[in-house]
Amino acid sequence: MPLTAQPPASGEPYVLAASLDNARHLSSILRAVHFQDHATCFATASGLRVTVEDAKCIQANAFIQAEIFQEFAVQEESVTFRINLSVLLDCLTIFGSSSLPGTSTALRMCYRGYSYPLMLFLEEGGVVTVCKINTQEPDELLDFDFCSTKVVNKVILQSEGLREAFAELDMTSDVLQITMSPNKPYFRLSTFGNAGSAHLDYPRDSDLMEAFHCNQTQTNRYKISLLKPSTKALALSCKVSIRTDAQGFLSLQYMIRNEDGQICFVEYYCCPDEDVTEAEL
Amino acid sequence: MRFRAKIVDLACLNHFSRVIITIAKLAKICTLRLTVSKLYFILSDKVANGGVSMWCELCQGNFFDEFQMEGVAAEHNEIYLELVPENLSRALKTAQNAKAVKIKLTNKHCPCLRVAVELPSLSSSSRMVTHDIPVGVIPRRLWNDFREPSVPDFDVSIYLPVLKTMKSVVERMKNLSNSIVIEANSSGEMNLKIETDLVSVTTHFKDLGNPPWASEDGCQSSAQSRDLESMAEARIDIKKLQQLLGGQQVNPTKALCNIVSKRIVHFILLHEDVSLQYFIPALA
Repeated sequence: MPLTAQPPASGEPYVLAASLDNARHLSSILRAVHFQDHATCFATASGLRVTVEDAKCIQANAFIQAEIFQEFAVQEESVTFRINLSVLLDCLTIFGSSSLPGTSTALRMCYRGYSYPLMLFLEEGGVVTVCKINTQEPDELLDFDFCSTKVVNKVILQSEGLREAFAELDMTSDVLQITMSPNKPYFRLSTFGNAGSAHLDYPRDSDLMEAFHCNQTQTNRYKISLLKPSTKALALSCKVSIRTDAQGFLSLQYMIRNEDGQICFVEYYCCPDEDVTEAEL
Repeated sequence: MRFRAKIVDLACLNHFSRVIITIAKLAKICTLRLTVSKLYFILSDKVANGGVSMWCELCQGNFFDEFQMEGVAAEHNEIYLELVPENLSRALKTAQNAKAVKIKLTNKHCPCLRVAVELPSLSSSSRMVTHDIPVGVIPRRLWNDFREPSVPDFDVSIYLPVLKTMKSVVERMKNLSNSIVIEANSSGEMNLKIETDLVSVTTHFKDLGNPPWASEDGCQSSAQSRDLESMAEARIDIKKLQQLLGGQQVNPTKALCNIVSKRIVHFILLHEDVSLQYFIPALA
């Protein structure tokens, strides 16, 4: 049989080989960035980063550090490939997506390099599934060049405070407007939909506000359809940091604790909605 | 032609409802055959069904407290009706807490199965909800179309894996491909495989066991003479398999399938009171 269930012993030419006792540690994080079919995977010795982009104005990154895996070996400095994320998720959750206590799917992931498929070996309750997913040439990714020195405003909120707000965003509004200010209203989310405008304020001394560093009053608008997928990351997270830079670029960073209490991050970057800005001029 | 039946026991009623829900998931229209001792839900393998056929058998005594049937004629003491099982399923949904359910064949303006549900109420008189389900009476001359299918001369017979696992796997595979290959051997191994341009996925089940079929005339059946390790396989429509697995409301006591390589897969699901056979033909 050309494809054995057991991968070759170490020393064989897998540029990426990883093992995970609980495949949910990977699949649940990847779901948080699954708003397009395709994703770019980038692996280094530090771990795995999976990037999804849309419309050249939004980018989501899921970071799963090497420590989350039971084994994570990268033979080159970095390994990059593009893959169908919907297919990858269907494979990772082949035994079902419900998290029954006590049962988990074990995963082994192997990649031989450029032009080879990604191999997944999944096992649950003695049943083994082998998946071979074709990979493609990695895309050029946007570089938002968002670093801490360029941040103008930053707040850190407990996710539970934002979850309901994001789940109930008025989707008839084209945009989500975010106002951050050292003065009232401090932190405001606004929508302008068919039924009217809605404003949700979070005062700086709110229990939900873990950190508040706003230096300048900024009001920025972002296309709501682009930000809506971030609700998935918000649902999984315990904390979110919201930062904007001088150009109004938005960074949302979600801290996610998995079933074993380990921490992973998902971040969303979004460009401000330029159409609106022009209309306002 | 007369038919009236009554269920009073809530457990029997719920069990009957679950059977009807399963049938409704497998067939839009099917034939209900009534005999003195049994009910049959039958789907014969017309092209319109995509070639699938179904044979579901229930002993009326296990479900009904009262059951009276008079067929079309004394020497043909049976009734064949064409009905939409979803209609029956919906009617039974209102009966979840019923005191009693009566089913009767009527012919006021057109033939119907009248399902009368007696529901508890706060006042002394019960609430009645009545559903009239239109049915077609199938004439005697067509009864030959609905004969029990025979067990095919299979290459491999094997017990199915835990249905819950099989269902999850097939559900995911359905997102990836339109067809699925079922292969199995006489050493208790079964593989489910899909393969497309994008991805190939194979799930391996082991130690499933092969049911012992007694050969009728003592000579070696083709299943016994075949090499234990060699696989019989058939490529089938994945939606049809998912419908079969998805409709299972209760864990069957026995679940197995017979594979005729490249021709047909014959599924048999046995519960205490119900037996269900489902045939899915192989794709060209």
